[in-house]
Amino acid sequence: MSAAGHLPGSEPATDVPAAVPAAQGRRRGLAGYLLLLPGGAWLALFFVVPTLTLVATSLYDPAGSLQLGYQMTWHWQNYLESISDYSPQLVRSLLYALSATVACMLLGYPLAYAIAFKAGRFKNLMLVAVIAPFFTSFLVRTLSWQYILGDNEAVVSVLRTLHVLGPDGHLLATPFAVVTGITYNFLPFMVLPLYASLEKIDGRLVEAAADLYSSPFTAFRTVTLPLSMPGLVAGTLLTFIPAAGDYINAELLGNPTTRMVGNEIQDLFAAGDYPTASSLSVTLMAAIVVLVFVYVRRAGTEELV
Amino acid sequence: MSVATSSDPAQPDAAAAGTPGTGEDLVLTGVTKRFATFTAVDDLDLTVPQGSFFALLGPSGCGKTTTLRMVAGLEEPTEGSIRLGQQDITRLKPYKRPVNTVFQSYALFPHLTIADNVAFGLRRRGRKQVAEDVRRMLELVELGDLAGRRPAQLSGGQQQRVALARALINQPQVLLLDEPLGALDLKLRRQMQIELKRIQTEVGLTFVHVTHDQEEAMTMADTVAVMNAGRIEQLGSPEELYESPATTFVANFLGQSNLVSGRVSGRDGERLVLDVHGHRVAASGDRAAPGAADGDVWVGVRPEKVVATASGTPGPDGCGTLPGGTVTDVSFVGVSTQYLVRMPWGQELTVFAQNDGSAARLVHGAPVDLHWRPEHTFLLDAAQDARAGVQREGE
Repeated sequence: MSAAGHLPGSEPATDVPAAVPAAQGRRRGLAGYLLLLPGGAWLALFFVVPTLTLVATSLYDPAGSLQLGYQMTWHWQNYLESISDYSPQLVRSLLYALSATVACMLLGYPLAYAIAFKAGRFKNLMLVAVIAPFFTSFLVRTLSWQYILGDNEAVVSVLRTLHVLGPDGHLLATPFAVVTGITYNFLPFMVLPLYASLEKIDGRLVEAAADLYSSPFTAFRTVTLPLSMPGLVAGTLLTFIPAAGDYINAELLGNPTTRMVGNEIQDLFAAGDYPTASSLSVTLMAAIVVLVFVYVRRAGTEELV
Repeated sequence: MSVATSSDPAQPDAAAAGTPGTGEDLVLTGVTKRFATFTAVDDLDLTVPQGSFFALLGPSGCGKTTTLRMVAGLEEPTEGSIRLGQQDITRLKPYKRPVNTVFQSYALFPHLTIADNVAFGLRRRGRKQVAEDVRRMLELVELGDLAGRRPAQLSGGQQQRVALARALINQPQVLLLDEPLGALDLKLRRQMQIELKRIQTEVGLTFVHVTHDQEEAMTMADTVAVMNAGRIEQLGSPEELYESPATTFVANFLGQSNLVSGRVSGRDGERLVLDVHGHRVAASGDRAAPGAADGDVWVGVRPEKVVATASGTPGPDGCGTLPGGTVTDVSFVGVSTQYLVRMPWGQELTVFAQNDGSAARLVHGAPVDLHWRPEHTFLLDAAQDARAGVQREGE
């Protein structure tokens, strides 16, 4: 019975503190810190040090070079220069990432919903299908979009026949192609957290909503959607953040006017202009952190269990 | 129809609330629900009078929850019809029915505050000003000061009351309660039973309460329908079901019964004369269930109606007597003492004796005679299983 069921579970918890002597308790505290050590060291070595190095590099004197070495001159001017030189690419990156995130949301939500509630025994198969593209390299998958969107391929021919595209219209090397590539590449990162969130929703809550005068659509809007917000927020972050820094899609599917900030950073590093590349990287990071912070605060998911 | 009413065909207490089938009564006619492999509800006919507190009682898997879900619209009957007053609601969508449910799991919306949970139904029906109603409803269930909390911050009993308030605020024509007290501990359950009964009397709505707890059904409901294997075994007031069970299942499921095999050997005016293992016992003629008025029968009596005396001592006046028993077990339970008495034919009968000091306590191994009054005897069809509906300890 339920009343008796609580007792066995709660007994050990109340017995333990009384039985453990103080010295043993202190040793357990130490064990906690020891357990933190590997993770802490890892973070220090591969996150804190590189970030500080990046910030430091962004303040070097741009007059230096890889061969002659750089001097630390606290050259804040680097930021002004990189922002004024590359603001179109910065804005474009954020816009492309935003478009791709919205597209992922529109494609991913119905897919995750179908897998969570409608797939039945095909659930696991569908999940595997979502993850399967990861078995191939990111580059190969993006290159194959060059083929799909190519001027002489089926998609463009059909769209030209239907006059959606003009006779000289094409898809490859357009902003559309870049956003499509980003959407495709990051879709699983939207679907998986959304699925995890939707799958946890108790079907009885939707029944309760129906019982309380909600049509299926109203029940979705007032119960399912709010309860899937943690997954939606996680999915948008996992999509937007890497998408904003992506340069492969713009490189392979875009043209010189669709260059994203990632392409510029890559070129600057390749050209040896480390201070400008670093300051641009830090600027992008800061912009993303601010946007994400505002977004998470607005989404208000911290109230959800 | 599978309903086996005993002496009085009408539901005595509930009948006062309205004539069955008129007004806003809930009427189920020939309702059957078949799932892929089994029939959960089998040709069920049921009338729940408007304003009554109606309990569907039965063991798990008897079809009572399925019946409730069909009334709520969460399941569609395979056959039959459900009417609410003049309206046929058999195929009506759940959100269009004037029916609300208190779910077994409560199903409170975790992302909404208590006040928003309670206001949910009103808002869906387009009401803008809900604050005053919500406040009054939360006061009714004594949770006024918790309006701003979330369900996860409440105890089980409080969540239960929120679930009740969330359904009640819509003033449904029928309120369905699906084992709403099942998750509460015994003490809280007793308290909530009284509370629910008070609220039902106060708001005067029709309550249909599904439970497997016979004590809960009897303390709260005006009318109880005992369900077993998709059918209704018997329907009536708690007193009627307890005093005059119509089947062995009801006799065993509601409280305990001693069922002894016997024969109707003749009539003595109003009384039936019974032969029980060679002893003459009498029963009122109107206490025989259908199919148990002659020939072989189960002779039933409730343990608290049986008086055990030391062998050879006469029992109270007017009682029939089964002599020759031996006390094989004595359990003292405070208000009463429970004895197991082995009869000469090997069967063990149960006797409850009040600890009111009127008789000396019997000891293990003592030879005793058992006595009870003819009007406390009930007769059941001998073709039925005498163990049907027996509840194991702890259920």
